[in-house]
Amino acid sequence: MENKRIERHPILPVPDREDILFTFNGKPLHAKKGEMISSALIANGINVFGHHHKDGSAQGIFCANGQCAKCTVIVDGIAIKSCMTAVTPGMEVFSAEGLPELPEDGGKPERQAIEELETDVLIIGGGPSGLAAAVELGKRGIQTLLIDDKHALGGKLVLQTHKFFGSEEDSHAGVRGHDIGKLLAAELASHPSVEVWLNSTAIYVFSDQKVGILKDGVYKIVTPKRILNAAGAREKFLRFSGNHLARIYGAGAFQTLVNRDLVRPTQRLFIIGGGNVGLIAGYHALQAGIEVVGLAEAMPRCGGYKVHADKLARLGVPIYTSHSILSANGNETVESVTITQIDDKFQRIPGTEKSFDCDTVLIAVGLDSLSEFTQQALDAGIPVYAAGDALEIAEASSAMFNGKIAGLSIARECGHPEVGEVPLEWLAKAQVLKSHPGAIKDYQDELPEEGVFPVIHCLQEIPCNPCTTVCPTNSIHTEDGSLMALPLYDGSCIGCAKCVLICPGLAITLVDYRKDPENPTITMPYEVFNIPRKVGDALELVDIDGNDLGSFAAVSVVEMKDRQTQLVRVQVPRAIAKKVASFRIQAAQVSQPLPEPIFNEKPADDAMICLCEKVTVGRVRSLIRSGITNLNHIKAITRAGMGPCGAKTCETLIKNLLREEGIPVEQVVPNTKRPVFVEVSLGKFPQGGSDE
Amino acid sequence: MNKVYDVVVIGAGSIGLPASLELALKGLKVLVLEAESSPGQMNNKKAIGGVRATHSDFGKISVCQRSIEIMKHWQEEFGDEIGWLSNGYSYPAYTQEDEASLKNLMQTQHEFGLNIRWVEPDEYNELVPGVNMKDLRGSTYSPEDGSCSPLLLGSAYFFRAQKAGVDFRFNEHVTGFEFDGPRISKVVTDKGSYAAGTVINASGNNAREIGALAGVDLPVFPDNHEAGITEPVKRFMGPMVVDMRKRPGSSNFYFYQHIEGPVIFCITPDPPILGVDNRSSSVFLPLCSKRMLEVLPRLRHLKVRRTWRGQYPMTPDGFPIVGKTGGNLINAVGMCGQGFMLGPGLAELLARICLDELQPNDERILASFDLSRDFSGMEAFK
Repeated sequence: MENKRIERHPILPVPDREDILFTFNGKPLHAKKGEMISSALIANGINVFGHHHKDGSAQGIFCANGQCAKCTVIVDGIAIKSCMTAVTPGMEVFSAEGLPELPEDGGKPERQAIEELETDVLIIGGGPSGLAAAVELGKRGIQTLLIDDKHALGGKLVLQTHKFFGSEEDSHAGVRGHDIGKLLAAELASHPSVEVWLNSTAIYVFSDQKVGILKDGVYKIVTPKRILNAAGAREKFLRFSGNHLARIYGAGAFQTLVNRDLVRPTQRLFIIGGGNVGLIAGYHALQAGIEVVGLAEAMPRCGGYKVHADKLARLGVPIYTSHSILSANGNETVESVTITQIDDKFQRIPGTEKSFDCDTVLIAVGLDSLSEFTQQALDAGIPVYAAGDALEIAEASSAMFNGKIAGLSIARECGHPEVGEVPLEWLAKAQVLKSHPGAIKDYQDELPEEGVFPVIHCLQEIPCNPCTTVCPTNSIHTEDGSLMALPLYDGSCIGCAKCVLICPGLAITLVDYRKDPENPTITMPYEVFNIPRKVGDALELVDIDGNDLGSFAAVSVVEMKDRQTQLVRVQVPRAIAKKVASFRIQAAQVSQPLPEPIFNEKPADDAMICLCEKVTVGRVRSLIRSGITNLNHIKAITRAGMGPCGAKTCETLIKNLLREEGIPVEQVVPNTKRPVFVEVSLGKFPQGGSDE
Repeated sequence: MNKVYDVVVIGAGSIGLPASLELALKGLKVLVLEAESSPGQMNNKKAIGGVRATHSDFGKISVCQRSIEIMKHWQEEFGDEIGWLSNGYSYPAYTQEDEASLKNLMQTQHEFGLNIRWVEPDEYNELVPGVNMKDLRGSTYSPEDGSCSPLLLGSAYFFRAQKAGVDFRFNEHVTGFEFDGPRISKVVTDKGSYAAGTVINASGNNAREIGALAGVDLPVFPDNHEAGITEPVKRFMGPMVVDMRKRPGSSNFYFYQHIEGPVIFCITPDPPILGVDNRSSSVFLPLCSKRMLEVLPRLRHLKVRRTWRGQYPMTPDGFPIVGKTGGNLINAVGMCGQGFMLGPGLAELLARICLDELQPNDERILASFDLSRDFSGMEAFK
């Protein structure tokens, strides 16, 4: 039996969970108590959960977030979303083949009144921004209800195993994301005026100023005086041939499977998108013991932080800039991917196609704010605020900070004038924290090759400075003292390696000439010790860009438990000492392209634009060319957007297609957003009780 | 923009779309003016798609019989998929009074030649498996009624009308009329004016406002209804189920399984929610799902996918207003939530009015849709 569980992780604890038995299509399988059915299936190497009723195409995990229905399976005769339903002992799970049957037995539902509550503030979303806002409201004793659709607070912080950027004072820079989530949740717990509902999904903000919420499967109605939309974002998808295959999904789903559920959904992963999300997912994959075959980015440079891209490249993952995905190839699931180089107009350059053997394609091509709740509240006339990605797509450090500002603004309006206006410097800092990466510069001027000092391989302006606050001799400063500017070393180093350990980009090494000036000792941080490196092992050293510097033996490997980081030391000739940034762990043959590229010469109009209703790009393109540009009309004719995800995936794709066809965005009539936010069984509404 | 048209149709909805096609097929030069940016974007797309001839009066029965003929044969004739399904209609009775009045109405319906019969509870349980049998006295069943996609049919009419030479102008609001004596000479919009031989007011919710511009008082008052759609499942039920009982907060409600597999449902609020408000309220889902599960408990496992609100442009007696006023204005308004099922049949009648080709039956139909009636009667089964 296949075991796709992550048994050892360098950062995340692997809990000892009770083993239970369940069946899939009659076959007995092992699961861990409490995990979602989808993760139990993936842990057993099952990636196809059923077949679509329209074209018989294989269906599997896609959003891992309850938003679509691609992971549907049949349990007790009922079609359920396997990513949102925990597996139970003896559960009989069947694949969903075509349309499900409606069970005959209705039973007699209980009748209870729907619970209705009031609250001064409703916060939708318990991620970084919602938590930060709730803490501010809690400090002032303002009655607040915070809801989150997951079983733990933290939002996407929970899924982040890397150390965070930003500043220590404002956003816990240098601490790992999942730990920040715990810190904020713990702080919130000390404020009794904030009630937290987990497993609670907002269904809609209705016109009568009531919010429908499904809490632990029970429908409740909350009337808030104010709403903070901190619901985050959703991932964009892409049009390409084969985009309907099973085992293509976004980084959110990937991180949920790997970092929350500790299952390994892939052995060989290819990533599309070089923003921070794609780059970090690549790093998470390596920590989960997954081979990262490559990463393609359409722009000439990755949009994410250079330190993230460098980190991946150094570990041995090729990054193909100015490349785009041409096709995912396979029968039911991904068997290979084909990428192509593109010109400055994003057009394919023939002859540059390359195919790679892989079993999964991860799409990380940007996020869209989840703005529905804001719009619904405005339509209903409820004062509403937004924070975090629901307001504007940015890093979690920014989300925490603007969540705090939103919390204070709401507090002021809830009868706490002492809060005062938000200081201007805060607003300025909020701007900085959400900054896109800035200029790339050269290494700082040559330092004399003596003593010990840090080499800072961080050459791009980003909002991050924990190295400057951690140095005991106060010898690291950013160029002009600002958060964005590059850090520079100037002063006296005692070789404590605190900067090495705290740097979220793993972009600081120590060079120590004191023992042997001709063969100085290099200290490098290492976090992927699921791939262990021991004293005496030959390390393939690389420079900042991943270029070879030769093979040298590790002279010491020290585990710094409180930082979950190892310090690996090598001795190298003086000539390359300051260049050494890290060492490669993934062998070059992992990333070898196939001898011949696999692709179809025809343009990719057979790609799906609506995965739920199986509408092709070609179908929508021909409608657009016949003059139909209203998204509601396109939906009426093709059904694109009528599926279970509620146009969450196809809307952006159709808008992109309209742009490609020369229709100005402002002329496009958007989809009308209607209840419900996620599908809910009819049985949940009348009695306000579980229908199980 | 200054053009001359034989007919200017105001509204590209359930009535305006088919009317424009029928007129163009008769060789007339037709313009359709629509305030929205696409066809069928007001209440046409809000219709749940039920189509029945089993009404209580000659007018609606005749028009809808014709609509059913058109829809039933559309795909074989024109090739467009419009989602027609002859799944029938049923009105289950849970009280002696309802049974009596339904059976009484059936006599009238039989006189009009409608295919409708009474089914006993056991047979009804085969048509709607799992239906609540407690106190069930039986049901009407009219197998030739059915359902059809308003979205697809609306678009099919639009494309065919375009092909037949109809001009459509979207995002254009009618702001007034110019007159030549009692006759409208021009339709004036916020973007231009159009000389028209005949004007058809098919403006749905806005019927009264458009009528007022022509000096005609049309008693059409929209009220709000909400509807919803579930995930699709394999076919498990036959006819539309119309539960006529009153319950706190609602009068009748109805649901059916669409050809693609989802269940579509709709409820009539009681008292009515007057006006036009397309926002969804928190009341609908608990109210409607409670009633649906009472009639068919197994529906509780079905997931609601989407809900929406639309309007029934109501007249005081529940019957439409169709006919000429003044010299050359034809009103086809006040469809009371049945515009989609009346549209195709009515369109042919509107073409005959325009061309003065009325047949004896038409006169009889128009008599019950006449604006000058006293509106004191009441539709038996809305």
